[in-house]
Amino acid sequence: MTIKKLLSLIAVVPVLLAAPALAPAAETGVKLDRVEIDTTDVVSLQSGARTFVNYCLNCHSASLVRYNTLLNIGLTEDQIKDNLMFTAEKIGDPMDVAFPKSAAKAMFGTVPPDLSVIARSRGADWLYTYLRSFYRDPNTATGWNNAVFPNVGMPHVLWSLQGERVQKVEPVLRDGQPVMEHGKPAVRVTYETVRPGSMDPTEYDQLVRDLVNFLVWIGEPHQNARKQIGVWVVFALVILIGLTYALKRAYWKDVH
Amino acid sequence: MANETTAASKPKAQQLLDWIDARFPLTVLWKQHAAEYYAPKNFNFWYYFGSLALLVLVNQIVTGIFLTMNYKPDANLAFASVEYIMREVPWGWLIRYMHSTGASAFFIVVYLHMFRGLMYGSYRKPRELTWIFGVLIFLCLMAEAFFGYLLPWGQMSYWGAQVIVNLFGAIPVIGEDLAIWIRGDYVVSDVTLNRFFALHVIAIPLVLLGLVVAHLIALHETGSNNPDGVEIKKNLDPKTGHPVDGIPFHPYYTVKDIFGVTVFLLVFSVITFFAPEMGGYFLEYNNFIPADPLKTPEHIAPVWYFTPFYSILRATTENVMWVLALFVALIAALTFFTAKSQKARISAVVVAAVLIVGFFTLEAKVWGVVLMGVSVMIFFVLPWLDRSPVKSIRYKGPIYKIALTLFVISFFILGYLGVLSPTPGRTLVSQICMFVYFSFFLLMPWYSAMDRTKPEPERVK
Repeated sequence: MTIKKLLSLIAVVPVLLAAPALAPAAETGVKLDRVEIDTTDVVSLQSGARTFVNYCLNCHSASLVRYNTLLNIGLTEDQIKDNLMFTAEKIGDPMDVAFPKSAAKAMFGTVPPDLSVIARSRGADWLYTYLRSFYRDPNTATGWNNAVFPNVGMPHVLWSLQGERVQKVEPVLRDGQPVMEHGKPAVRVTYETVRPGSMDPTEYDQLVRDLVNFLVWIGEPHQNARKQIGVWVVFALVILIGLTYALKRAYWKDVH
Repeated sequence: MANETTAASKPKAQQLLDWIDARFPLTVLWKQHAAEYYAPKNFNFWYYFGSLALLVLVNQIVTGIFLTMNYKPDANLAFASVEYIMREVPWGWLIRYMHSTGASAFFIVVYLHMFRGLMYGSYRKPRELTWIFGVLIFLCLMAEAFFGYLLPWGQMSYWGAQVIVNLFGAIPVIGEDLAIWIRGDYVVSDVTLNRFFALHVIAIPLVLLGLVVAHLIALHETGSNNPDGVEIKKNLDPKTGHPVDGIPFHPYYTVKDIFGVTVFLLVFSVITFFAPEMGGYFLEYNNFIPADPLKTPEHIAPVWYFTPFYSILRATTENVMWVLALFVALIAALTFFTAKSQKARISAVVVAAVLIVGFFTLEAKVWGVVLMGVSVMIFFVLPWLDRSPVKSIRYKGPIYKIALTLFVISFFILGYLGVLSPTPGRTLVSQICMFVYFSFFLLMPWYSAMDRTKPEPERVK
């Protein structure tokens, strides 16, 4: 490969880097916390599955996922049937909810979305931040609000674990004067725990992380296999590139 | 009698080939298009993308067939059937990702293939029809991608289709009826999904395949252009009658293209296996939300390969119409004072007058749709806009080099801005880029003729 060819290839790289980063849709400008996702961490996925079945699956379906998909995260058929299947009959059944859609709509003002691919539309960081951003708000129907998703119809389902928090909005002051930002007084939002839950913040973050990890995994259950196979495919292609290049060189020897 | 003995002494395979050749010109075709198709020996990096486009076409057809076996073109089932393919169908996830990555890969290789044509003047005489078939292929590809994008029935599928079909509604008088005729309904619905499915899996691919064959037949009639823009058929070896600067396509370019294919497959596999969403560019995040006709997403952006043209649509606002009018007047004046034929002079003035009147009577929205269409269609007339005495950029003067660079930059900026939501600043930038884009084509008859070119060599280098 000549220098010129190499340069033309290199010229493509800044173009790719310059592409605007597309982020999954977020309603507010709240800065999202980063969460480490590891869909090969079976212990975390099992913990997430437990939380999911106990807390989410009452209102939210994951109807594109079958219970027997959970065999792939190290659970046995009996474990799934005994501990995780409450409404379904057969292990091959989808993760549906018994709760009728019309009743859900009457209760929450909206049908709780199916969570099968929620991690693919929202992104892991959004889910992680969202599930940790509930606070008490007497002005909403459920008595709960969320900093990431204002006026969300969903109450804080995990409140007994995280505890109850209230939001404090204070103006940002500098030398006793309010600081202006985009023509409005800047505010600092803080949260105060008014009633602690059964978990301390570290434990709660871990629980949410496992839940989000599980949601990312059910979003694409074959993702681990995809990456594993990918390594072999890339490896094979690198060898093939060497061979085809040698073949080309051999054939082109007499071309001047 | 003597004839029979020679036939019998031939190997079995040769006998079979003779049998076929007596009934179908297999050997003739093979020689004509491969073994004795002489291609210039100086093809460079940019000449890989034609064969790669063919490879991606095959990929799309084969993976598409398998997807069709499990996909359900029904508004109530479509979204779940795609996820069924991703989860339950053996290797379904791979087939789907190969198809979705292939869609973007198709546009990448085709854009690079077209850029090659712009650099080396591959559209020039005698290859105008090869170029025109190519532009038709590009149009089919855009239609194919647009129809296919509705099929997963996600929010972006739905609202993207809604926005694009509504564009036809902007056409005066017949617009609304036309939009309803396309959708088959007052909004994008199950009916629309069904017909888009039919168009995506059979109508457009059929036309596409025919055009690819025509593109290749036309190419093999004239012979390939090359980075020097020299006609290799002018220098034939007196003994063999073959071009001195040509080499048989097979085996030379078959082995070379196979190497290109393996490198392409590496890049393709890295994306397919490790980043199939490609940061939301190849598979948009919002498209994992099932289509909801009652809930418009905040920000609707087409997939990346349509964004340059979409930007031109958005850049055509009320306040840019007078600049457009000035631009048209300038082109008309240039034509009037330089054209030799009386007919051309008169038609330039008439067309300009009609356009300028139109700019200030019809809505800007209508012109946005028109300009978006023109920005694609204008490629058709490129062979007749270029008046340079040479084909290749290697021998063209500084003006063409600058013009092409500006064109590529404006294309990228338009594409970049088309992804983002508009702001006054961004709209201004895209308006400037739009004028650069159109100037590249519309001013070409003059700048290409006055450019200081170098003499073309006799032989390829």
